[in-house]
Amino acid sequence: MPNVMIRKKDDGALLFYVAKKDMEETIASVETDTAETWGGEVELTDGSRWYIDPISPPPAFPTTLRFKRADG
Amino acid sequence: MAAMTREETQALIQEVLEVYPEKAKKDRAKHLAVNDQSVEQSKKCITSNRKSQPGVMTVRGCAYAGSKGVVWGPIKDMVHISHGPVGCGQYSRAGRRNYYVGMTGVNTFGTMNFTSDFQEKDIVFGGDKKLDKLISEIETLFPLAKGISVQSECPIGLIGDDIEAVSKKKSKELSKPVVPVRCEGFRGVSQSLGHHIANDSIRDWVIGNRDGDESFQTTPYDVAVIGDYNIGGDAWASRILLEEMGLRVVAQWSGDGTLSEMELTPKVKLNLIHCYRSMNYISRFMEEKYGVPWMEYNFFGPTKIAESLRAIAARFDEKIQANAEKVIEKYTAEYEAIIAKYRPRLEGKRVMLYVGGLRPRHIIGAYEDLGMEVVGTGYEFAHNDDYDRTVKEMGDSTLLYDDVTGYELEEFVKRVQPDLIGSGIKEKYIFQKMGVPFRQMHSWDYSGPYHGYDGFAIFARDMDMTINNPCWKSMQAPWQKPAEGEADAVAASA
Repeated sequence: MPNVMIRKKDDGALLFYVAKKDMEETIASVETDTAETWGGEVELTDGSRWYIDPISPPPAFPTTLRFKRADG
Repeated sequence: MAAMTREETQALIQEVLEVYPEKAKKDRAKHLAVNDQSVEQSKKCITSNRKSQPGVMTVRGCAYAGSKGVVWGPIKDMVHISHGPVGCGQYSRAGRRNYYVGMTGVNTFGTMNFTSDFQEKDIVFGGDKKLDKLISEIETLFPLAKGISVQSECPIGLIGDDIEAVSKKKSKELSKPVVPVRCEGFRGVSQSLGHHIANDSIRDWVIGNRDGDESFQTTPYDVAVIGDYNIGGDAWASRILLEEMGLRVVAQWSGDGTLSEMELTPKVKLNLIHCYRSMNYISRFMEEKYGVPWMEYNFFGPTKIAESLRAIAARFDEKIQANAEKVIEKYTAEYEAIIAKYRPRLEGKRVMLYVGGLRPRHIIGAYEDLGMEVVGTGYEFAHNDDYDRTVKEMGDSTLLYDDVTGYELEEFVKRVQPDLIGSGIKEKYIFQKMGVPFRQMHSWDYSGPYHGYDGFAIFARDMDMTINNPCWKSMQAPWQKPAEGEADAVAASA
């Protein structure tokens, strides 16, 4: 359950940053991304999948959230 | 030698790895790669930030070096105590040439060495009392110090001293920040963790100090320069460009920086990061907590400077954008003259770099402006995100080497035969004795600044001075000169 900092890139895409691992990846898709809720399964551009319980209302980025590994 | 193809470079890596035992070979192979610009994620081609192999020669530093030497050390109006035995502080004292203005020993302390000079009894009975006494002494001798940081050396963590408790007590007593930094040298695989620890201690002990204090007059054009250590005056050469653009530089981290500048940084509008590796942590924190956005920039060489100035200006209004164009225009004649003078002397020369932090990728643009080509680059202590940024800057099928060992670098140089190597003092004399022109790119070889337009002029001159130095023609003893030399001599005397 790493702490993940999510921030907006200049082009509007979301960056997924795990400080402990120095991992910086772009988020490819989010399961639920509506005006009310944000979260569910998140897929990164490197193919790894992570999970977070949907949050409502959607958090303001940048913010730090706790994710679970969805694969493996 | 012509540019190598992908296969040749790959073969070279294999050949160099051949001497290692099976296990070491497997490990080192992951750290050497042929650059492929199409790779989006560097972790697919290169592994970084791993423990060095025992038995090979690495040039990495320790966490203490990362914290005291890089991040905290240049903050000029604080006293940084090297807490532990005397050596760590003394041998690293003033080696990094972080220039600053001030009266050393009165209101600035950059080049001085403060240490608790641990003896056997301090290891046995603990050094907390000594630290307490030392901080009081500092206060008596240097009352103008704005704060104190306690930089732990290895023994502090090993014997379990409670430097946090002492710091809190003394901080209250002196009503000055006393920052305990847990940067014992054994932590982590390189100085990189020291940067992180130092950033975290700034976050915990400094950044929040002025929360709720609105007395500082802000303007819409406030920026902070982060990750510029003012080596040979770099930060000054960068700062003038930003100021000419109409921006107000509130803080310099940490070259020529002060404690109050750091405390004011959360109030700026934009953080500008030069050294991403050592200061991205604090910038991310400020973005999250204070909503201060950050961006990376590159002030090496006119192409990158113009690019960066425009990118920075794009974050502000039209007035600043117009000013940025004016600044670029103002310096155009100056840098074009430099390129006209030096490019013919340097055109086509090939460079190999092996440095740390931001330089292995940032300097590439400056070399390219002089018509030179970087054929190999590598970092001492980078992480994957640094290589992500590097693969795009480097040409296809050039060499990438992470935490390269002494042997590997020598072999690469023998085979690639670059015209110039840019690395540190530990490599300098080996390569100079091999007859390869060499510049120290950590300390700018006691020259500098290299940032900004002013720095580019010095950079170009230095590279020319090194590569075209007549001494490289005198590497062979006269009686060992090849026969054609003799033929010339005979012809001349006839």
